[in-house]
Amino acid sequence: MRWACILLPQLALDAVLRDRDDPEAPLALIAGTPQRRVLKTMNPAARALGLQPGQSLTAAQAMTRDFVMAEYDPAQIEYWHRFLAAWAYRFSSHVSLDYPRALLIEVESSFNLFGPWELFERRLRDELTALGFRHRIVLAPNPAAARALATIHDGLAVTHREALDKVLGQMPIQHCGLSREIATAFSRMGLRRLQQVLALPRDTIAKRFPKEVLRHLDALVGESAVVLDCYAPPDEFDVRIELNFDVESHQALLFPLRRLTSDLAAFLAGRDSGVQRFTLFLEHREGPDSQIPVGLLSAERDAAMLFELARGRLENVQIPGPTQALRLLARDLPAFVPAYRELFNERPQQSLPWEQLRERLRARLGDGAVHGVHAFADHRPECGWQINAAKAATGLADLPPRPGWLLSKPVPLQEPALRIVAGPERIESGWWDGGDVRRDYYLVQTHRGQLAWAYCPVGEAGPLLLHGWFA
Amino acid sequence: MGSVVALDTLLQERRVWRGQSTAVPASIQPTGYATLDAALPTGGWPDSALSEILVSAEGVGELQLLWPTLARLTAASERVVLVAPAYVPFPWAWKAAGINLSYLTVIQASKRDALWAAEQCLRSGSCGAVLCWPQQINDRALRRLQVAAETGQTLAFAYRPIAEAVNPSPAALRLAVETCPAQLRVLKCRGGRLPATPIPFSVGQ
Repeated sequence: MRWACILLPQLALDAVLRDRDDPEAPLALIAGTPQRRVLKTMNPAARALGLQPGQSLTAAQAMTRDFVMAEYDPAQIEYWHRFLAAWAYRFSSHVSLDYPRALLIEVESSFNLFGPWELFERRLRDELTALGFRHRIVLAPNPAAARALATIHDGLAVTHREALDKVLGQMPIQHCGLSREIATAFSRMGLRRLQQVLALPRDTIAKRFPKEVLRHLDALVGESAVVLDCYAPPDEFDVRIELNFDVESHQALLFPLRRLTSDLAAFLAGRDSGVQRFTLFLEHREGPDSQIPVGLLSAERDAAMLFELARGRLENVQIPGPTQALRLLARDLPAFVPAYRELFNERPQQSLPWEQLRERLRARLGDGAVHGVHAFADHRPECGWQINAAKAATGLADLPPRPGWLLSKPVPLQEPALRIVAGPERIESGWWDGGDVRRDYYLVQTHRGQLAWAYCPVGEAGPLLLHGWFA
Repeated sequence: MGSVVALDTLLQERRVWRGQSTAVPASIQPTGYATLDAALPTGGWPDSALSEILVSAEGVGELQLLWPTLARLTAASERVVLVAPAYVPFPWAWKAAGINLSYLTVIQASKRDALWAAEQCLRSGSCGAVLCWPQQINDRALRRLQVAAETGQTLAFAYRPIAEAVNPSPAALRLAVETCPAQLRVLKCRGGRLPATPIPFSVGQ
């Protein structure tokens, strides 16, 4: 077994920064009671202004006011930790959240799929960078060692027991995952490296220190196995982004929307599912949220496509007031079946597949705007066509010629000089479903040369009713 | 006058105009009507370009002019899109004309969205032919359609009233359908001379 530890050194900060347009702007996270607000952490730009973790907010504001504040929210950190676990779940079936601010992934069983560790690691790094999270990655034969090595190393890959012993031996005792009191006790005894501790006789350590110490040391060198909980992905996607100010134009919503849809795509790829229906909620100060349902004809999970579709729907919506937060909820997550593609592209000029074009058109024009036309076996012309191909007709035997255009509602044919070319053809049908018709259809030609299909109801006088054009 | 220029190179460089070529090149988009193919300079519809069909009224055979082409395209699994037609395309007639209805798609759109939809369909390159019925379209919008058809290498057909014949248009082919007598008149065709006489075109019922 090979364990990769992905340490997220500034998970709280990255979670806030990734929702901002300008990640370089000074930002500090604030925690503490309302009476004593303390700076918890900050980005390098804020550090350059002289801000320090642990500083009180009043002290910081006395120095400078040119930084943005955000709440340090443990729930948010927990949320993003789980989000990244969902992301990591597609690389391995064994993902653990047992260590805070770190992901432990069993990777050896995934080498067949993702290639050797160098490629695998690069891919992990690329995707984490794209998601906007800073990280350190270390590979080790057991999870405890991977976690300990990640505190001071980045990019280290240890595969053998001997190499592991050597690297672990050089570790400063403070960074070995021992509690602070134990580490201090060791260093006061003059034991500053792990190898010095490991060289001690086991019974003396057992005598002087709690039993957890020996257990942890065994876990580090791989003498005893660590049992880690497996992460199981959630069944629905529900993410909310709070905006820093009231947004009144849809342009300003596009950036958070892009984040939401790409998060959704990452989540779906991890679950190997697609999304067919999701809802965007725009939260207002007053009144209920505006809901924008986005429906697709087939399950999709391409980030760019989801963004474009959501954007198409968003642009058409009128909302009652400024938006304060944006939320994306996806409950219906069917299995994703990749679209069937030819090995050789049949239309080389094609830049956008028909399925994507159809979704784009539907997003702007409405769900029912794009449809087919199919024949239905009914002699009544108005019932002879339908949008869905579900019950497509096999055919009525030997129909006389029918017009290419059908008027959805017949209109009186006001023409002075009509010439009857053919007819009448009696159509009498529909007595069973209430749509009873008895008509005599004629093929007539107007003085301008148009060929029309018109009828007069049986037993009634009056002008012919135009029902179609032989176009 | 010392240099002798070989005639072949001049011809290959296309610097010499040779008049009307006698052999009609085989078009990759035949119209399905032999007389019309013979009259058009490319031997068929101009490929990846906009063709305008000018009609005096509906019901003069304007669809039957295209049906052989559409039947050929749908038989080759190419999609045919009708953008905002004024009437319902009656499937029995389209089927009888040999069109595979599963490759026929109708887009319902308002006047403004129709142009957008037509341009999207043309530009995507995923359709074989796009038919549209633009109303009060200006020169710029027509040019957009023409450019989109070139980009997506798709056949574009625009139906317009015959009164528009006096206005210039960027379409590669302009064809007027006349009824009394039943004939086609080529008003403009790119890449060749206009046929001197109208082309007889009688539609069946």
